[in-house]
Amino acid sequence: MEIKADTTVCIGAGMCALTVPAIFDQSEEEGTVVVLDSTPPAELEDAVRRAVTLCPSGAISVV
Amino acid sequence: MSDLTLTTTRQRPFDPPDEIAELREQTPIHRMTYADGHLGWIVTSYAAARAILADARFSNRPELMHPLIPARMELAGDQALRVPPGFFLRMDAPEHTRYRKLLTGQFTVRRMKELEPRIAEITDSCLDAMEAAAKPVDLVQEFALPIPSLVICELLGVPYEDRAQFQEDTKVLVNLEIKAEDAMGAMTRISAYLYGLIQRKRAKPEDDLLSGLIENGELNDEELTGVAFLLLVAGHETTANMLGLGTYALLTNPAQLALMRDDPSAVENGVEELLRYLTIIHLGPVRSALADVEIEGRLIKAGESVAIHLPVANRDPSRFPDGDALDLTRPATGHLTFGHGIHQCLGQQLARAEMRIAYPALLRRFPGLRLAISPEEVPMRSDMSIYGVHRLPVTW
Repeated sequence: MEIKADTTVCIGAGMCALTVPAIFDQSEEEGTVVVLDSTPPAELEDAVRRAVTLCPSGAISVV
Repeated sequence: MSDLTLTTTRQRPFDPPDEIAELREQTPIHRMTYADGHLGWIVTSYAAARAILADARFSNRPELMHPLIPARMELAGDQALRVPPGFFLRMDAPEHTRYRKLLTGQFTVRRMKELEPRIAEITDSCLDAMEAAAKPVDLVQEFALPIPSLVICELLGVPYEDRAQFQEDTKVLVNLEIKAEDAMGAMTRISAYLYGLIQRKRAKPEDDLLSGLIENGELNDEELTGVAFLLLVAGHETTANMLGLGTYALLTNPAQLALMRDDPSAVENGVEELLRYLTIIHLGPVRSALADVEIEGRLIKAGESVAIHLPVANRDPSRFPDGDALDLTRPATGHLTFGHGIHQCLGQQLARAEMRIAYPALLRRFPGLRLAISPEEVPMRSDMSIYGVHRLPVTW
């Protein structure tokens, strides 16, 4: 799994950082998504998919 | 024409109106007549609600919107409903984006985590005052309102001792039966107060969010006033009603109350479930189509207004099985209580932190907490745009 993030559409709601703090953080300045590990370990893949679903602005996706 | 109009009157305090809930199984995108005679739509399914809230072809600009209820009609033609500078909730991208990006850094998960010790202190001091007061006490005045009010005032840098007037004016703004001139008066008073506060902070900055925004230099004083207005009002009326209504719901569901009180591992999801089950935004949001859009076989034409009924959508059994039941252990994330799409609540992580601290702290401090009136006597906020309880007399 590889995570893609688009900070231009991110609205900083924080759902990703709330759902999988090991993989997602938010920038200090704008609060937009920061991907800490774009190839998450297998045991976190389900949680990452949940974060993708919860994202209100469609800023994160997985391929 | 459609005979259906929107009501906020309920048959039971925690359940959305039956006549709207029934739509969801039959016609989740249904015709509805707005207060000005406009034939628009009401949406009650989870999937359609989520899709529309995330779709940029639906605008949130007030001048495109038809009023849902008669009291709002008086306001609709009025200049009062033009968006004040900085009031980004009612803007579309890219105007909205410019304001929101200035603020999101202040409301991140991490920032809110850093605030937790202070929220716990504020909660404890409110509980101390409640314990010292003569029983019965009104939980709204002693607990539900002061906690979020103190927190948002401190965060923004609004002196808490000034609260009497802006709390009163906020109540006017969310009252569904209010006259246009009274709403205008309340808006003008809050704006004038905040404009003055911003002038004072510009002269003498402090360590708070508004001072930080002033220092940033991106916004002028009128825009800063609009932003401060939005954050102050939103920070007051939302969590306060969740704490009041949520406590009432727990007091009438003892097994759920025991979970919230006794099982720390149940708190996080329990708060999500209370948000879902109670969905205090019971009138709108409304969006207006900027183009013809087909959703689930229905053609919504450009210019038509669409009311999203969040309380009914959040109980959609295809997303939340047995959705009419309060169950603190069910998977409740994904609810639409904070909205969805670009306007999803900016302060949601703050609201979560406040609720995760306040509910268990209250229930542990007063293990014998109970209603001081019979449940059916609790005055419900069917007359306000944000649902909740007007008062909650409790004893222990």
